[in-house]
Amino acid sequence: MRRRTFPRGVHPPETKEATCDKSILPLPPPQRVVIPLLQHFGSPAKPLVKKGQEVFLGQMIGEGTGLFSARVHASVSGTILAVEEHGHSGGYPVPAVVIANDGRDRTASETGGAADPFSLSPDEIRQKVKDAGVVGLGGAAFPTAVKLAPPKDKLIDILVINGCECEPMLTADYRLMLEHPEEILKGAELARLAVGAQKTIIGIEENKGEAADILRRQADHFPVEIHLLKTKYPQGAEKNLIYALLRREVPRGGLPFDVGIVVQNVGTVKAIWEAVSAGKPLYERAVTVGGPGISEPKNLLARVGTPFRSAVDFCGGLKDDANTLIMGGPMMGLAQWSLDTPIVKGTSGILAWHSPAPASEYPCIRCGRCVEHCPMGLSPTQLHKFVRYEKWAEAENWGVLDCVECGCCQYICPSKIPLVHWMRLGKNKINRAKRKKSARS
Amino acid sequence: MTGPYLVQSSPHIRAKDTTPRIMVRVIISLLPAFLAAVYYFRLRALALIAVCVTASLATEAVFLWTRKKPLAPVLDGSAIITGLLLAMTLPPSFPLGSAIIGAVVSIGIGKQAFGGLGHNIFNPALVGRAFLSAAFPLAMTTWLPPVTLTVDVATFATPLGNLKFQEAVAQGTLAPLQNLFWGNIGGCLGETSAIALLIGGIYLLFKHTIDWRIPLGSVLSLGVFSGAFWLADPGRYASPLFHLLGGGFLLGALFMATDMVTSPVTAKATWVYALGIGLVIGIIRLFSGYPEGVMYSILFMNTFVPLLNHYLRPRILGERPKK
Repeated sequence: MRRRTFPRGVHPPETKEATCDKSILPLPPPQRVVIPLLQHFGSPAKPLVKKGQEVFLGQMIGEGTGLFSARVHASVSGTILAVEEHGHSGGYPVPAVVIANDGRDRTASETGGAADPFSLSPDEIRQKVKDAGVVGLGGAAFPTAVKLAPPKDKLIDILVINGCECEPMLTADYRLMLEHPEEILKGAELARLAVGAQKTIIGIEENKGEAADILRRQADHFPVEIHLLKTKYPQGAEKNLIYALLRREVPRGGLPFDVGIVVQNVGTVKAIWEAVSAGKPLYERAVTVGGPGISEPKNLLARVGTPFRSAVDFCGGLKDDANTLIMGGPMMGLAQWSLDTPIVKGTSGILAWHSPAPASEYPCIRCGRCVEHCPMGLSPTQLHKFVRYEKWAEAENWGVLDCVECGCCQYICPSKIPLVHWMRLGKNKINRAKRKKSARS
Repeated sequence: MTGPYLVQSSPHIRAKDTTPRIMVRVIISLLPAFLAAVYYFRLRALALIAVCVTASLATEAVFLWTRKKPLAPVLDGSAIITGLLLAMTLPPSFPLGSAIIGAVVSIGIGKQAFGGLGHNIFNPALVGRAFLSAAFPLAMTTWLPPVTLTVDVATFATPLGNLKFQEAVAQGTLAPLQNLFWGNIGGCLGETSAIALLIGGIYLLFKHTIDWRIPLGSVLSLGVFSGAFWLADPGRYASPLFHLLGGGFLLGALFMATDMVTSPVTAKATWVYALGIGLVIGIIRLFSGYPEGVMYSILFMNTFVPLLNHYLRPRILGERPKK
């Protein structure tokens, strides 16, 4: 059978060999954790603790505010050292809670797990997911409880589980599928019940066939199908994955809800299972620590708030020539300037390597490769010129807001033009102008 | 290193191909045609190519200097390509001094006047050639036979010229196709040997350096157009194979029409552009006063590229068809 995929996209070197056979090891919690109160898409959580206060492992320390927000929990037991601004992976300071670890991992006596999770109502499932502060673990960190609550007028028929992990170098999701297939399937079932879908489809790229086999072996008890897809980047991008699996197109500016679909990442559904069945808040996650600049690449189960430094040191430290530190994957990750950055719920990987001096930029020769490879069907060369010359109306008309910043255009550009940077600038300017306009009227 | 680490915008990895590498590949791909030209036309070919390339580089440097731009782009390879391509489109006996004028026009008006690499609308080499056709019409249509062919020099004509002005099809004096294939015919420096052009073109296609739609589309439209007339009246019209191998078609379809800067960026637009080129060549060759139509056809279709890019953009994922 010819495997399905989406049109266009690119084939960066996968380079997953270094960690794909490394089991997920628990990373010993550090002496001190720094837990940002903004680790998700939306508004920061409101701190609930004060300096000097004792907290136990999993205690809520930040309450979500507004519609798009998520709760934040202590990832160690110990004493609150400070509630203050701290550097964050986004590159700007956010309020954070600093905890001195007492090393005892004391937990609350009452965990709030459900004895029979599958008998819960959708509302009860959502509440437990919300209580546990679960967010999308694929990278965007969208609050999961919100995603599990489709609007009343949208009928959801299919839950899609994203097991693509199409970013090069990352293998944490792959390891989760190999090591925790049962939790993933059970979590997916809870998510399916919460959104009222008829069936679940798990999409996995064919370079992770072993994960698909293992999931298939355990999938008998659930209405779930496992589909292998032709390996290509960005298969894990929501709209491209939906098209690859189901040939449905999410309308421009729309959400998967609009075509009857909810998408969850494999790590997220595992977190959903732990939240509902055991009442375990999201205070740790699987992280790939890899790239050519890491001495001994590994997959780790790391507590939220652990500085990158602890994870990197656990993996033998950085090689001498490493000058680049990335949170996430090489295609969409965020460059970090400091090893003091804390691991957050959205940290899928910590990568390091040596980058040569930034490539010099040549004029655009209109080769059209960015157009040929854009998975959204945009014309990045044209868009970047509109943004560069501040033609906002044209940029919007040509679809700059549809850009998902996957990086295919910039990856393939022979003139090394920072196309994604220009897209971001364009999106930002246009969205800001829109907000201003709606605030005035 | 202990930091701070490099902070750049994602993506953090890049494909290996670069614009200078693309230029180098195009230069390499022109080598077979270069060698064929030197084989058939000896020192004349060498002198014309050397003059055109040198004059192109010099013009590029002078224009960049007067525009107060960095001079590094002189050696980015694009000016060398323009010089090479211009020389390829000149008759072997073309005066060297006039060739210099052609190179100055190519780079100066064809490229730098628009803002340099990436900004020009028309293929620079063809702009230079069009200028020379208008300024030196006689020199541009005086043909020297290749040294490998013994013919009367005074009345020598290209195969296409023969076809146009001497009713060669009716008299059965068309150049044999195998001569067209190997290059043992009269014509511009680089256009005579089909095999040399094909080797270079296949190399570029194999390296994904040119868009396959352009040669394929123009072959299809010229083939179908000239084929239809040939089928209707083989006594009057030459076969499609003659049209495809003769004149500057292959040079144009593989190396000129495929110029990235002056060809469309979207697949749909590229099809229209490529089919248009073949069709216009056919119309000019069959129905105009000119024996050849490749240059004007490509320049003509170049004009439409911005428009084609504008109206034939790809459909955005999730975009509803317009009502």
